[in-house]
Amino acid sequence: MRKVAILGIGQTKIDEHWELSLREIGGNAAFAAMQDAGMDKVDALFVGNMLSPMINGQNQLGTFLSDWIGLWGQEAVKVEAACASGAAAFRSALMAVASGEIESALVVGVEKMTDKPGREVTSALATAADADYEVEQGISFVGLNALIMRRYMHEFGWKHADFAPFSINSHENAMHNPFARLHERITVEKFEKSSMVATPINLLDASPIGDGAAAAVIVPAERVASVKGKPRVVVAGSASATDTIAVHSRKDPLFLAAAYESSKRAYQMAGVTKDDIDVFELHDAFSIMAALSLEACGFAERGQGVRLGLEGEIGPKGRVPICTRGGLKARGHPVGATGMYQIVEVVQQLRGECGETQVDGAQIGMAQNIGGSGATIITHILKAE
Amino acid sequence: MEIPRHWRLKKQRYGLVGEVCPHCDYKIFPPRDVCPNCGDEAKELYTFSGKGEVYSYTTVYEAPAGYDTTAPYTVALIKLEEGPMVTAQLTDVDNSEVQIGMPVEMVTRKMRNDGDERGLIVYGYKFRPVLNEPQR
Ligand SMILES: [Zn+2]
Repeated sequence: MRKVAILGIGQTKIDEHWELSLREIGGNAAFAAMQDAGMDKVDALFVGNMLSPMINGQNQLGTFLSDWIGLWGQEAVKVEAACASGAAAFRSALMAVASGEIESALVVGVEKMTDKPGREVTSALATAADADYEVEQGISFVGLNALIMRRYMHEFGWKHADFAPFSINSHENAMHNPFARLHERITVEKFEKSSMVATPINLLDASPIGDGAAAAVIVPAERVASVKGKPRVVVAGSASATDTIAVHSRKDPLFLAAAYESSKRAYQMAGVTKDDIDVFELHDAFSIMAALSLEACGFAERGQGVRLGLEGEIGPKGRVPICTRGGLKARGHPVGATGMYQIVEVVQQLRGECGETQVDGAQIGMAQNIGGSGATIITHILKAE
Repeated sequence: MEIPRHWRLKKQRYGLVGEVCPHCDYKIFPPRDVCPNCGDEAKELYTFSGKGEVYSYTTVYEAPAGYDTTAPYTVALIKLEEGPMVTAQLTDVDNSEVQIGMPVEMVTRKMRNDGDERGLIVYGYKFRPVLNEPQR
């Protein structure tokens, strides 16, 4: 397999874009990435998306988007893995370019969620879980995470307020990201008083949905020169792993086995350990997921992920900087697009483009995208060289 | 409406019928074709007692479409006494009284309407507290 570089990136602000359609949002990120790469044509388009058949009544998203951006005749396909669709599309494109089958690929993660009322979006999101044995019981996607969080608090003795640093950090970092959905600082007091969604998860534990798209152009690394001041960003590690589709079928519902497995394989492929990771864009769809991701990837002992936040280690100047552009919590979580936002943000860090939330001297960054409540977990390690 | 699907799941929903692995005796719910314990084929039916305890729980305030008329309601992970875990709503209990470790038992209850008021009424398992647990 040959080494692959990320030549261009693009993203749109995450918001309720009443005025923009699914194709316009996806197109805007795609055009931005192509322009950043200095290319006007690629061999193939890979689209990451979860909800378009349910929310937008649109399938065949690969061709839908390739048509809109003028890639007529080129190969195009949609890749779906619930909230991990973005990273799944990126990994598919990566394998295609790395194998030598194609010479360039555009990856677009896109989601247009605000065309339907809230409870229909809640139902659509629940399709990531087991329809017969979870969803039938009236459990929402938030509810599944709430079951995990409640047990975690019970077993390891944490209070709800102990999770506040995750949300506070994400909100603080998003203040400096113009593409973020939320620009609003929060405090522990506010975190504790927020309205309940599914106990113990309240509104400030949970990431907001939104409309958005993020994109990248990838090519063989040999085609990209390393320029002074703008390093070449290559994909050093990539791995995807799965767990049971239903939370109740896991041997240990409090451990993200697929995060452990995919991060282990990605570290191995990149020839690094967790100590080499300068910045970690993790999947904080809910505050509990931030803790569990840190634990499964080796940054904290079991049940102790919360401690990293409480000890102030997760900020851009901390020992394990996470969610430096706002994370899912404040940048926003347009589900099928999220994995591509993470990739774009790690590239920004490695290029040194993050201003106030720049991690000093960031050379190696990790992005981890979770589908369902831990059922599909995809890890990418990017390197500046 | 999904009538064939509701019909297909009737043994599980009304009787908590899972499987027992013929190779390692592992009890399986919901049923699946491969034993999660030993990896061999598992297709032998096994009826669970319906007794278990609350492993975790959540009270859902923002419910999915079709369930919003009964919100807030409590959904739990129930650790069945035979081993496996099941996701189920709790019933006949005040949301504020639920606790981890609480002994519960399966009952059949109305789940929701599939479709409008003329649609199918879906029944299935919920769990309620065991009130007077007999001496063992
Ligand atoms: Zn077995």
